[in-house]
Amino acid sequence: MDKRTTEREAVSELRDGMTIGIGGWGSRRKPMSVVREILRSDLKDLTLVTYGGPDAGLLCRTGKVRRIVYGFVSLDSIPLEPHFRIVRQTGGVEAVELDEGMLQWGLYAATLRLPFLPTRAGLGSDVLEINQKWIKPVHSPYGDQEELVAMPAIELDAAFVHMNRADAKGNGQYLGPDPYFDDLFCGAAKRRFVTCERIVETSDLVKGGPPQTLLLNRSQVDGVIEAPRGAHFTECPPDYGRDEAFQKEYAASAKEEAHWNDFQAKYVDTVDEAEYQKRVAER
Amino acid sequence: MSGDVTRADVCAVAVAEVFRGDGERLASAFGAIPTIGARLARATFEPDLMMTDGIAYLRGDVQTVSGDPADDPVVEGWMPFRRVFDLLWNGRRHVVMTATQIDRFGNHNFACIGPHKQPKAQLLGMRGAPGNTISHTTSYWVPNHSTKVFVEEVDVVSGVGYDRARELGSAARFHEIRNVVSNLGVFDFRTDDNRMRLASLHPGVGLDEVVEQTGFELVIPDDVPTTRTPTAEELRIVRDELDPRGARSREVPN
Repeated sequence: MDKRTTEREAVSELRDGMTIGIGGWGSRRKPMSVVREILRSDLKDLTLVTYGGPDAGLLCRTGKVRRIVYGFVSLDSIPLEPHFRIVRQTGGVEAVELDEGMLQWGLYAATLRLPFLPTRAGLGSDVLEINQKWIKPVHSPYGDQEELVAMPAIELDAAFVHMNRADAKGNGQYLGPDPYFDDLFCGAAKRRFVTCERIVETSDLVKGGPPQTLLLNRSQVDGVIEAPRGAHFTECPPDYGRDEAFQKEYAASAKEEAHWNDFQAKYVDTVDEAEYQKRVAER
Repeated sequence: MSGDVTRADVCAVAVAEVFRGDGERLASAFGAIPTIGARLARATFEPDLMMTDGIAYLRGDVQTVSGDPADDPVVEGWMPFRRVFDLLWNGRRHVVMTATQIDRFGNHNFACIGPHKQPKAQLLGMRGAPGNTISHTTSYWVPNHSTKVFVEEVDVVSGVGYDRARELGSAARFHEIRNVVSNLGVFDFRTDDNRMRLASLHPGVGLDEVVEQTGFELVIPDDVPTTRTPTAEELRIVRDELDPRGARSREVPN
């Protein structure tokens, strides 16, 4: 089955109020071409689930997100995401803040079609107080019946992840050091989209890296989008590193409303990904 | 000991000391001095400690802080985030996290300042602090000891303190806050009710200064020891190998 599609077609499936998951970690291997397409859309009231980086900053700052489920939002080389901070500090988004491991567990529970998975993470901290409406304790049926956190499944309407390579059938390959939790984002979602640096023949996948780099099998993927430099300005090794200069410009644009408006005019208000990449190349 | 030992050197050794006896565990440290301290411990008295390169590989050698491009890493293992989570829930880890706020029982905050619903300042978020503190040994690093950091009550509890751990009973049996190291001294919780105790003062720091800069009542022993100074070999390793560019002095000026 040929699953090739485009950012525009994939994003056109989304509806206001949906829960969407974005793979990667911080400012690392984020499906930014899809984030940019969401920025071009009229979508609103999204629930965003993410190990947050500039995806969270951009989508929250532009008013696309009503609720964000996250363990952190960071640009890595810039530890605090300034646009996300502005949104939080003005009460612009409902924050479902979790321990990083709890987020993994929620996605894994959804992947396994379980209502929850037990963990100790969260016990005694304010994570449980902040999230008491939806995260409950559970007691072990074994041994001393100890109290644990019943981390509920985080079910996604759609997930977007960025791979280094994929074939047209949806087999996805990461060639960097860390798979992050991209397979779990796909596992937790009803609709699963992979952007990639290059679509290759299936037989060429293992020429680029050993079979262990084939993180996603085709049953986990509904759409494949070729998006060269699609993770820009986050890193996507070994294809490219983070565009630190661009990231600095993005972060600095949070300092004043006028700078932010300039940044949006240049890099958000683009007709398509090709125009965005052209503007970045012309910097 | 040479007279030009800096406060930052003392802090690095004090952080190294928190890992003493840990053996074959993952040592994770955030911030310049914690990173130098962990690597110093591994390079000297705790050679079995394990450390990542900060990305996804376990280093078989001791890495320099500055990440010299000429650095030729020895990789001894693969440790992507999912395996870090497995390992930390399994308990074989000691983390040193920075504290934006900490109280007398070691409740810790680096998530945000002000009410969580709409904070005055959004900081790191919960990150791994809840899971770390309930699963394995934790220590804290405070480069700027003041009443803004050592507070009566933290705004949000990201890392679990001893009073909350006690309420949890056996569910908190893996909880341990080993030490708090600041630019002024070293602290522990080895008291009857696990309240924070002054364990040692760094050389040149007065007791009054620590009391004044702490927003709650510390347990102070009759005899307050002085934090040990680095040995000549430790100084050589820190200055020549781990931090030749002086990142530690930017974190704690002399």
